[in-house]
Amino acid sequence: MSDGTYIKRPNRPLQVYAVIFLIVLYVPVLFIPLFSFNDSIYVRFPLEGWTLKWYGELWQREPVWNALWNSVRVGVVVAVISTILGVIAARAITRYRMPGKSALVTFIMMPLVIPGIIFGVALLVLLSRMGIPLTLYTVGLGHLIVCLPFAVATLLPRFEGFDPSMEEASADLGENGWWTFWRVTFPMVFPGVVASLLLTFTISFDEFIMAFFLTGTDPTLPMYIWGQLRFPQEFPSVLALSSLILFVSFILVFLAQWIGRIGLDETKKS
Amino acid sequence: MTDTDALISIRKVKKAFGSFQAIEEVSMDIGRGEFFSLLGPSGCGKTTLLRMLAGFENTTEGEIFIDGHAMSDVPPHHRPVNMVFQSYAIFPHLNVRDNIAYGLRKRNLSRAERYEMVDEMLDLIKLPGYGTRRANELSGGQRQRIALARALILRPKVLLLDEPLGALDKQLREQMQLELRALQRQVGITFVFVTHDQEEALTLSDRIAVMSGGRVLQVDTPERLYERPVSRAVAAFIGNMNFFRGTVRRNGSASGLVETEGLGNIPLPLDRLTRPDGAPVQVALRPEKFTLSRTRPEGALAVAGRLSNAAYLGERSHYYVSIDGCATPVAVSSPNLGVGRGLAPPTPEDGPLWLSWSPDAVVLLDAD
Repeated sequence: MSDGTYIKRPNRPLQVYAVIFLIVLYVPVLFIPLFSFNDSIYVRFPLEGWTLKWYGELWQREPVWNALWNSVRVGVVVAVISTILGVIAARAITRYRMPGKSALVTFIMMPLVIPGIIFGVALLVLLSRMGIPLTLYTVGLGHLIVCLPFAVATLLPRFEGFDPSMEEASADLGENGWWTFWRVTFPMVFPGVVASLLLTFTISFDEFIMAFFLTGTDPTLPMYIWGQLRFPQEFPSVLALSSLILFVSFILVFLAQWIGRIGLDETKKS
Repeated sequence: MTDTDALISIRKVKKAFGSFQAIEEVSMDIGRGEFFSLLGPSGCGKTTLLRMLAGFENTTEGEIFIDGHAMSDVPPHHRPVNMVFQSYAIFPHLNVRDNIAYGLRKRNLSRAERYEMVDEMLDLIKLPGYGTRRANELSGGQRQRIALARALILRPKVLLLDEPLGALDKQLREQMQLELRALQRQVGITFVFVTHDQEEALTLSDRIAVMSGGRVLQVDTPERLYERPVSRAVAAFIGNMNFFRGTVRRNGSASGLVETEGLGNIPLPLDRLTRPDGAPVQVALRPEKFTLSRTRPEGALAVAGRLSNAAYLGERSHYYVSIDGCATPVAVSSPNLGVGRGLAPPTPEDGPLWLSWSPDAVVLLDAD
């Protein structure tokens, strides 16, 4: 208690609480990689020895690679489209005075809190009524709805911290709107764009509910895992696959957070 | 100023934001090579007028001509003007050299030619060797100079400056004022400078437009604005001013005077009266135009009063002297010449003080 200011003084019980909170949150998840190295097809203690064979088996399995390729394709397309739409939306929200702006922002953010199952069912009904077959395109469409709020939420602070006179200065120095965007606006929001791409890719890559309703014959990776859960002998390789997805997702989200903050503190300061 | 001299002609320009009338109706000319200031309190429309010159705001009515060309349909990126922004708007993702060279893209110059031009500008703004510095390594004064260089490298016909010194501390601001004035003489470009700081405007400008509530009150040289303001608003905005109620008294075509409440009768030459007999006027006198003395001065216009308040400011002192017929005490500013020289600082116990002044210093303004 002797050092630190009123706000910054150490608070032992709160620290303990925070640690317990994180343990409760993540320990169940950590069992997945743990058992993926277990030399037994049964998930139970005690562990029967370390092995990498589940990973090796995964490597040789053709359908895993297909599902991965499907997920990557959907993820990349969804990331690019939702980030482009996010840039346009964030710029419009921060630049123009328009009636009902806050309502508009709320509507854009709404998919964050509306259950995916509702959107999934709604889209499924709509698509089947319109006679559109379920393919990876329909999965992508569903993922776009899920990803767009994340793209906007990532990009909005970038655009909000943006001095409007920067774009005026560019126009004043002889550049039209197009060149101003590419020479000033885009480079200044670039870290936000990268963060949005990484985040929306990860979300699409991991997404299950929309994919569950909207997948046709080509499964995404989470759909493939869901399909394999029926076969007990496949369970360890599912764990191995899940561990890999977990690892890659963590890396991508951390990267997105880190890149998204580059330069943001500086512009706030000056 | 004749029309042929004018580089910028503002003709009956009005600007409304919705129902708010930002600019009422403004017409004025700005000459080639002039250092011209728009001076007024915040919200007076000076920045709006500047932004209309740059093309960031449209004119609701009227027309702006720059070098004889109507500007209504010319977008900002095609106007022969460049601007120094209040926030400087230095691009944070570019280094100093790329910031200054930003506007040169369309000039089809080789890299070497561009860099040479940038180095010349860096010499001009006294920051040689700063080309590869990052924008976030610069101090406020340096950013201000980079913003100047970035605009001047394009050799605009007009440089617009939106309170560029407002963010700097007092000492740096005074230094930058001198440098800015010297730079303007050196490059010979017309500067249009927006400020709310009257001292800054007086220091820098060839001419000043005093604005208030979307109107231009007076356009004149600093000296004439100070010595011969045309309205009470201008007189009160620039420096301090004492006002007295008065009435014009003409004695045929021979001589005239102003009867005042407080200062007695002030004889004035007829060409300065410019109003008919019996017209109500306001008589204005600046604090430093009064001379204080303990005895009645010989042969000068004088009135006796009592000291009600005094403030010692170092180089000068301010005194507030109550006189008969005047509700508010008269402000007098008097230089402190040193111990034993001039008038020793008076105190309220000293008895009556005499205020004297010259008729030349008197300004006649329309009554309210």
